[in-house]
Amino acid sequence: MKKSQRHNVLPGFGLTLGYTIFYLCLIVLIPLSALVFKTATMSWGDFVAAVTAPRVMASYRVTFGAALLAAAINAVFGVLVAWVLVRYRFPGKRLVDALVDLPFALPTAVAGITLASVYAPNGWIGKLLEPHGIKVAYTPLGILVAMVFIGLPFVVRTVQPVLEEMEAELEEAAACLGANRLQTFVRVLFPVMLPSILTGFALSFARAVGEYGSIIFIAGNMPMVSEITPLLIITKLEQYDYAGATAIASVMLLASFIMLFAVNLLQKWSRRFAG
Amino acid sequence: MSIEVRNITKSFGGFTALKDVSVNIPTGELIALLGPSGCGKTSLLRIIAGLETPDQGSIHFHGADTTGRDVRERKVGFVFQHYALFKHMTVFDNIAFGLQVRPRKTRPSKNIIADKVHELIRLVQLEGMADRYPSQLSGGQRQRVALARALAVEPQVLLLDEPFGALDARVRQELRRWLRRLHDELHITSVFVTHDQEEALEVADRVVIMNAGQVEQAGTPEDVYDHPATPFVYNFLGNVNLFHGRVDQGQAKMGAMELSTPELAAVPDRPAVGYVRPHDLELERTYSDSSSVEAAVRHIHAVGPIVRIELERGDTFETMEAELTKDAYQKLALLVGERIFVRPRKYRVFVDDYQI
Repeated sequence: MKKSQRHNVLPGFGLTLGYTIFYLCLIVLIPLSALVFKTATMSWGDFVAAVTAPRVMASYRVTFGAALLAAAINAVFGVLVAWVLVRYRFPGKRLVDALVDLPFALPTAVAGITLASVYAPNGWIGKLLEPHGIKVAYTPLGILVAMVFIGLPFVVRTVQPVLEEMEAELEEAAACLGANRLQTFVRVLFPVMLPSILTGFALSFARAVGEYGSIIFIAGNMPMVSEITPLLIITKLEQYDYAGATAIASVMLLASFIMLFAVNLLQKWSRRFAG
Repeated sequence: MSIEVRNITKSFGGFTALKDVSVNIPTGELIALLGPSGCGKTSLLRIIAGLETPDQGSIHFHGADTTGRDVRERKVGFVFQHYALFKHMTVFDNIAFGLQVRPRKTRPSKNIIADKVHELIRLVQLEGMADRYPSQLSGGQRQRVALARALAVEPQVLLLDEPFGALDARVRQELRRWLRRLHDELHITSVFVTHDQEEALEVADRVVIMNAGQVEQAGTPEDVYDHPATPFVYNFLGNVNLFHGRVDQGQAKMGAMELSTPELAAVPDRPAVGYVRPHDLELERTYSDSSSVEAAVRHIHAVGPIVRIELERGDTFETMEAELTKDAYQKLALLVGERIFVRPRKYRVFVDDYQI
């Protein structure tokens, strides 16, 4: 052992690291590897056939497309909500602040039923949209609405602390230097917020891709049109096609992982100034 | 460009930050706004900059009323205590910001901006750091970047809010001398806020001393230090010994000490306070006149060129502090516990405003 060993105030590095690895294996890695092993029972040809069937492909498009769009919508409006909550004082602010967390706390099935009934052709909002030929419930649009609903808190809660920490002096400095409001926002404030917006976007996206409960009620679940991938996995399971289910699941896992990794890289780039 | 502050009043909620403040700042001068925290000096600076609007009164730049004008149009350079640098921009981009955000018509070309920025980087002695981010700089370097950024837009007025407040003592001292030299080169009308009297007295052409939202005194550093106009200024600038007593028709009596105060000849019997700087106390072995008072030597701090001596008055048992040069101290050959006579060479007596 080296003499120049570092002494920490609290001992137990070996123990805690061991525990961390063991725990991660138990909770995350073993179940995920089971997924891969189960998939591996299929031949390559079967696997490709299972994950590229037209119905499956359509479900990828719906799921990832809607999730991406929902995350983008949340990134814009979540920032807006966070901005209002941080910058202004108004009556009922605490209530609004609490409301933001509701999609976190609500059981997804409750959210699904609520959304489905509100946006159904005879529901409160559906009734208003119906005459304009806009159908939300039981269409891909409904999936988008559900995904936006469940993803909103992620953006708000990641951007909020950054906005709170941002010094008012930055804006004042920009104004003293002659920048107008748009320039101040685009060149001074937005770049500071960007990493947190990207984090919120990634979290919102990941949640939307994996969402099941709140979507299936409003989606209508028409094959090739409004069927999401998680539902397809359930369907396969109900048909005792375990290998087929895990095959699709592993594709989703891979896709999610790549997406998160890409967003992480993007985040690192946008934080390059942190030194 | 001269700045005139006319009868500014400003309150925040129930708190009055500034009460009818007027200050004149001639072109090209470096002025310090000095005062304890909460005295309104930063509010005044922010009102001059246009970051805050006054409740009453007006600000005139070069004789023209600018009170209602937006910050963007005032052409002021503002340096913040905590730098307020744009963390996601390099040193170069920070300094160039003010030029890059100009409308296309008045924006200089890229080459001109680059030349100008590099010239400023040289001016603030940060050569070779153009591509660094603020997080890679020390506090002193960051503040110099902030200064260069403010200077880039060629402001007519430079305002600095406790510019060295967040720096450690040595960097502070270095930077304030550097600021003084820079000002001598550029001759831009500058106002800086500080609570550090040493900083104000060392750097500024003139010092405006503020307290509780009002100007106590304005003048050159020598002027305010040697001739404080109010008890507050006496207390705030440097150390001072206080003698409590009464004044009656030009004669102040503080314990056994009697001082003549011809300037207070018209004052009938009133409580009064005498102010004497430690270095204005004469220590003598023999009793000379009625302005002398007997005291005992309690402590002697003989480190450095100035010897500080703590004394206890024989009549009131109050503590006083005297400062002697090393020579004078050695000539006197003082010992702790000795009795000695103390006579103020220079003093000022103020009638105590406190009335029963």
